[in-house]
Amino acid sequence: MMKTRRTGAVVLTYLCLVSGAICCLIPLLWLVRSSLMSTEDMFKLPLIFFPKKIRFQNYAEVFTMVPFAKFYANTIFVVTFNIFGALISNLMIAYGLTRIEFKGRKLMFSLSIGTLMLPAYVQLIPLFIEWNWFGKINTFFPLIVPAFFGNAFFIFMLCQFLRTIPRDFDEAAFMDGANYPLIIAKIILPLAKPAMAVVAIFQFMFTWNDFMGPLLFLNDREKFTLAIGIRTFISTYYTPWGVLMAAATLTILPLIVLFFSAQKFFISGLTLGGIKG
Amino acid sequence: MAGAKMGFNTKRQTLWGWILISPLCLGLTLWVAFPMGLSLWTSLTEWDMLSKAEFVGLKNYITIFTEDELFLKSVRNTLYFTVLSVPLQMIIALGGALLLNTQVRGKRAFRTIFYLPSLIPIVVSSVMWLWLFNSQYGLINYLLHSVGLNRVQWIDSRHMVIPSLTIMNIWNVGNIIIIFLAGLQGIPKDLLEAVEIDGGRYWHKFRFVIIPLLSPIILYNMIVNMIKCLQLFVEPYIMTGGGPVNSSLSFVLHIYNNAFKYGKMGVANAMAWVLFILTLLISLVIFKTSCHWTYYEGDR
Repeated sequence: MMKTRRTGAVVLTYLCLVSGAICCLIPLLWLVRSSLMSTEDMFKLPLIFFPKKIRFQNYAEVFTMVPFAKFYANTIFVVTFNIFGALISNLMIAYGLTRIEFKGRKLMFSLSIGTLMLPAYVQLIPLFIEWNWFGKINTFFPLIVPAFFGNAFFIFMLCQFLRTIPRDFDEAAFMDGANYPLIIAKIILPLAKPAMAVVAIFQFMFTWNDFMGPLLFLNDREKFTLAIGIRTFISTYYTPWGVLMAAATLTILPLIVLFFSAQKFFISGLTLGGIKG
Repeated sequence: MAGAKMGFNTKRQTLWGWILISPLCLGLTLWVAFPMGLSLWTSLTEWDMLSKAEFVGLKNYITIFTEDELFLKSVRNTLYFTVLSVPLQMIIALGGALLLNTQVRGKRAFRTIFYLPSLIPIVVSSVMWLWLFNSQYGLINYLLHSVGLNRVQWIDSRHMVIPSLTIMNIWNVGNIIIIFLAGLQGIPKDLLEAVEIDGGRYWHKFRFVIIPLLSPIILYNMIVNMIKCLQLFVEPYIMTGGGPVNSSLSFVLHIYNNAFKYGKMGVANAMAWVLFILTLLISLVIFKTSCHWTYYEGDR
């Protein structure tokens, strides 16, 4: 009696997990499958599950129909500066908040965490007005500059991490005549490499996936990033579905490669950010 | 004390502290405080960004509640989406995490697969689901039809469009599963064993150990996801444009339309403030009621 119950539970567990995994994977596989088909084949009933004629041409057409290579270059440009800005600013801020004792730091920490509760979209219109005043609409500035001012999620994460490094390290360095910037660069940075990797990876993901920012701030097609570039394939008159799916696949490819090459950082970033809230 | 030991006086230490966190102070001013002030001011004016702003007091706030029928509709749609999505996400994520926390083989592989959808940019998943939901040539209807069920109109139907977006949203529940799983792995084994010794079943472990210890994480994720759901935008923007018949017009989409389509900056900002206050209120209610069901180790 006990044993059959056990086996039943195990079978049920695997059944749930496997069907969950299938549900997660099928849409993605369907995306890749559709990216290799002609629009004609996609609109045939009964549905063709595996295309007989694989059409790699879709992937070439992605680059000829719209300036997709330019979208790619723009995205990489914006992402690079965002990562750079996030790495410097958040480490500086987190160091100041955790390892120097001065009045007001607790308040600043709380204020920073408080911004996590603000719905980001509420600020978008005033930010648009603000950047319009600065005369920087249709440039990359609004998409890059804010990254140099720290991000509450990263600050929180790095603070948690820096608290685990003994203070004696800093003190010993002071004995040798070091100052704060030197300590951050020479002592803290090497120790914080895993946490910095998490910051870099998540900033990459945030910026790569950002849709609303580019939508508001960029007007010229030449300046589009991938996220809004994909939309240029969709039109009310004619949507080249196969090419659109190829463009979508090309957009997620770097993310998938990054994920599989740095999986442990993804997991540790998620759990650090999600648990200690 | 530490400062003195380091050969630094407190004044210099304070100075360095502020220098290091200066990006944060500037950032909070430039990208949070100033925009919010600006938004509040704009919400009290009539302004199309071209001519001079004209102060109208609370008129915009009154207009959106009395004259704009779409506003209340967008609020209803968004709340419907949130109320449908958040509990389902929590339940499915918790279920998934509990299953993964048993002695199954291939735990890492499952974890990886479940996380994959969370990686996909919303634009890409919108385009992908637009195709999957296609009522004639979409995979979902094809599968339903081939097992003898009726085709569903999904995003083309007024009644199904929000549930369809919810299904999409649940598809990328993987990151919450991973967060819950990490929480489950942090539950001390001796507590679970104590239940077994007392003759408790799995249900008792779940009810008296797992749920209480996991409750702060559940609370946090519930709030974060609620805020995300209330800001639903990209999916209806790409997939339906708010249709059919405005039944997927979300709050943020309506704000966006007012600001950038109709050039009503004042009205749009007033709506943004209503959204902000609504979010704050719901968070507050969840927090206030949470003391009945969350458990913090420090309270013992």
